[in-house]
Amino acid sequence: MNAIAALSPYSSSAGKANSERHTLSVLVDNEPGVLARVVGLFSGRGYNIESLTVAEIAHVERWSRITIVTTGSPAAIEQIGHQLERIVPIHKVVDLTLEGRAIERELAMIKVRGKGENRVEALRLAEAFKAKVIDATLESFVFEITGSPKKIDDFVELMRPLGLVELSRTGVAAIVRGPDAS
Amino acid sequence: MSKQMTGAEMVVNALKDQGVDTVFGYPGGAVLPIYDALFQQDFVQHVLVRHEQGAAHAAEGYARSTGKVGVLLVTSGPGATNAITGLTDALLDSIPLVCLTGQVPTHLIGSDAFQECDTVGITRHCTKHNYLVRSIEDLPRILHEAFYVARSGRPGPVVVDLPKDIQFATGMYSVQQNVQHKTYQPRLKGDADKIRQAVDMMAAAKKPVFYTGGGVINAGPLASELLRELVKLTNFPVTSTLMGLGAYPASGENWLGMLGMHGTYEANNAMHDCDLMIAVGSRFDDRITGRLDAFSPGSKKIHIDIDPSSINKNVKVDLPIIGDCAHVLEDMVRLWRSQDRKVDQTALGEWWTQINQWRERNSLGFHNSKEVIKPQHAVQRLYELTKDRDTYITTEVGQHQMWAAQHYHFEEPNRWMTSGGLGTMGYGLPAAIGVQMAHPESLVIDIAGEASILMNIQEMSTAKQYKLPVKIFILNNEYMGMVRQWQELLHGGRYSSSYSEALPDFVKLAEAYGAHGIRCSDPADLDRAIQEMIDYPGAVIFDCVVAKEENCYPMIPSGKAHNEMILLDLSDDAGLEIGSIIDEKGKMLV
Repeated sequence: MNAIAALSPYSSSAGKANSERHTLSVLVDNEPGVLARVVGLFSGRGYNIESLTVAEIAHVERWSRITIVTTGSPAAIEQIGHQLERIVPIHKVVDLTLEGRAIERELAMIKVRGKGENRVEALRLAEAFKAKVIDATLESFVFEITGSPKKIDDFVELMRPLGLVELSRTGVAAIVRGPDAS
Repeated sequence: MSKQMTGAEMVVNALKDQGVDTVFGYPGGAVLPIYDALFQQDFVQHVLVRHEQGAAHAAEGYARSTGKVGVLLVTSGPGATNAITGLTDALLDSIPLVCLTGQVPTHLIGSDAFQECDTVGITRHCTKHNYLVRSIEDLPRILHEAFYVARSGRPGPVVVDLPKDIQFATGMYSVQQNVQHKTYQPRLKGDADKIRQAVDMMAAAKKPVFYTGGGVINAGPLASELLRELVKLTNFPVTSTLMGLGAYPASGENWLGMLGMHGTYEANNAMHDCDLMIAVGSRFDDRITGRLDAFSPGSKKIHIDIDPSSINKNVKVDLPIIGDCAHVLEDMVRLWRSQDRKVDQTALGEWWTQINQWRERNSLGFHNSKEVIKPQHAVQRLYELTKDRDTYITTEVGQHQMWAAQHYHFEEPNRWMTSGGLGTMGYGLPAAIGVQMAHPESLVIDIAGEASILMNIQEMSTAKQYKLPVKIFILNNEYMGMVRQWQELLHGGRYSSSYSEALPDFVKLAEAYGAHGIRCSDPADLDRAIQEMIDYPGAVIFDCVVAKEENCYPMIPSGKAHNEMILLDLSDDAGLEIGSIIDEKGKMLV
């Protein structure tokens, strides 16, 4: 009886398969509500946000760059780009993953609490990962680490058994290699 | 020339400078300064609606019938939230609106003040763009920018939220001409290479079809003319979405009728079997495509649209052309002409033979009756008796809307106002008021259902106040007919809450509002009654009592393909209809 009702009639099966991770660089006018527009677009249309960073990059012009890491099928990613371009205060949307030559970096601050051998091991690993100690007490460190999201993931996993207490990550910032702007 | 004035005066001056002669609105505490400024001038006429949703739909009707930006003015809080449905409606149907909302003074924002709501937050998702004006210096720019954004590119609604202290503040106002937005500059011209490719594909096509939409209407009357010219040059068949009716004349030889869920057999089959689809200003909506993986499987698809996000959204196309329909069609016509392109006559002839066979199925046919007025017949008679007049049609939403689309025929663009994307019951009466304000001498008819009309019936007072002779033609079947139809077809005939109980007496209701009421239930009396409605100089509510359980066919059930339509069996004199689309597959024509 409900063969028709049971079938989600209009959904495209193509959307689900072959999900890719893309980094989008979005240049916006830094006006009130612009971030809400971007985030609202993602929630309203059911797109994923894996990471989102935003900061003003040109004070006089009042431009901000929003860097969004998202996942979806190639068709969905294309659609996300176009939907972002419809937002009036957005200047430009660049899919850095399609550009191919993007560098991605993230900063994290990691609080590790411990004594004795754990404390020594944490410090040793931090050196190996080129993480800096930015706060220390007799029983804790706060490390600052910069690198690819993967590198930070790896470092965090190593810190976990050594007494990881708290973690704060900035999300991904990205830029294309070479002499030209994206 | 710069002039010092208050924020409220700037609003009124900006309206004037934008050529706005009519504003639909409702006053309240947070917009009193603007109402005061309106009171002291006579260029902009304010039309007092009875509910802010009515203001939004009236502005839509005004916009769609004139091609201009529609304007509404509402107060903060409930004024703004009441307008939301109309704004969303305008967003989905790409109607240019500027909605001016009052707001509590800036120092009270965020304090849960009386009649405060986060208007820009709430309307972010249902507008093309919105502004909260924070300083008087920004106001002139924002006002003019709002009009630019509303009408440029793919049109849509724009909200300007005006705190009361900004309305009182004084600043310098100057006329801003040719506002150029720093980031928003939609592309109008299509890519020349792609247009060349499109023309090549059209010349090589054996089974082509034009699939046109509301974008052609939005691109202005020139786009419709160019479409007609291109159709004439190529002799390709043309179908249209609900929103695009009138761009190509219904009397045109190449017209297949509307396509989609309640479109004609020939239009949907042509879409399914074509080898080249030329989508012009249409967006492959789910009412159009039916089941996506079975949508026009064998065709190459050209898609002309001003909005890049419409491309490949639902259906992957082969050749996207980003640009304004009028510009792209103009280039196509010129190229076709200058290169003296020819179509494949033999193949096209065979294609037309096939199409004419589909036409013979007479998919809009129905069993007429001498005892009871059939709703399709009522629309047909309304059409016959009004077609030679200067007529505008609006509708509510439901079966009557589809029957109007099927049986009322449009020769020109901007004559047909309906809520397509959002499907807003209650749209038709306020929209008719907006149309009538813009075209005081024309015949404006809201083809309505008895359920829909009650959703904004309060606007009868507006019609009365402004002496607007709108005609409300209610196809009264005492059911929310489309809901009932789906319940019949999909839910075993369990008519859960779809019966219109406790209806008012529409004739008395008309009289209560100072209008004229007509009731007709006799097919033999229908023409006379319709003529009485047309001839009456004021507003009319026509209670057309029609067959109660008539279904709207043809129909592509949801989840089915274009070639899986349900059609009424016309050969059966008993007038039996298909009871269940699931169990009686044999009756589904493939």
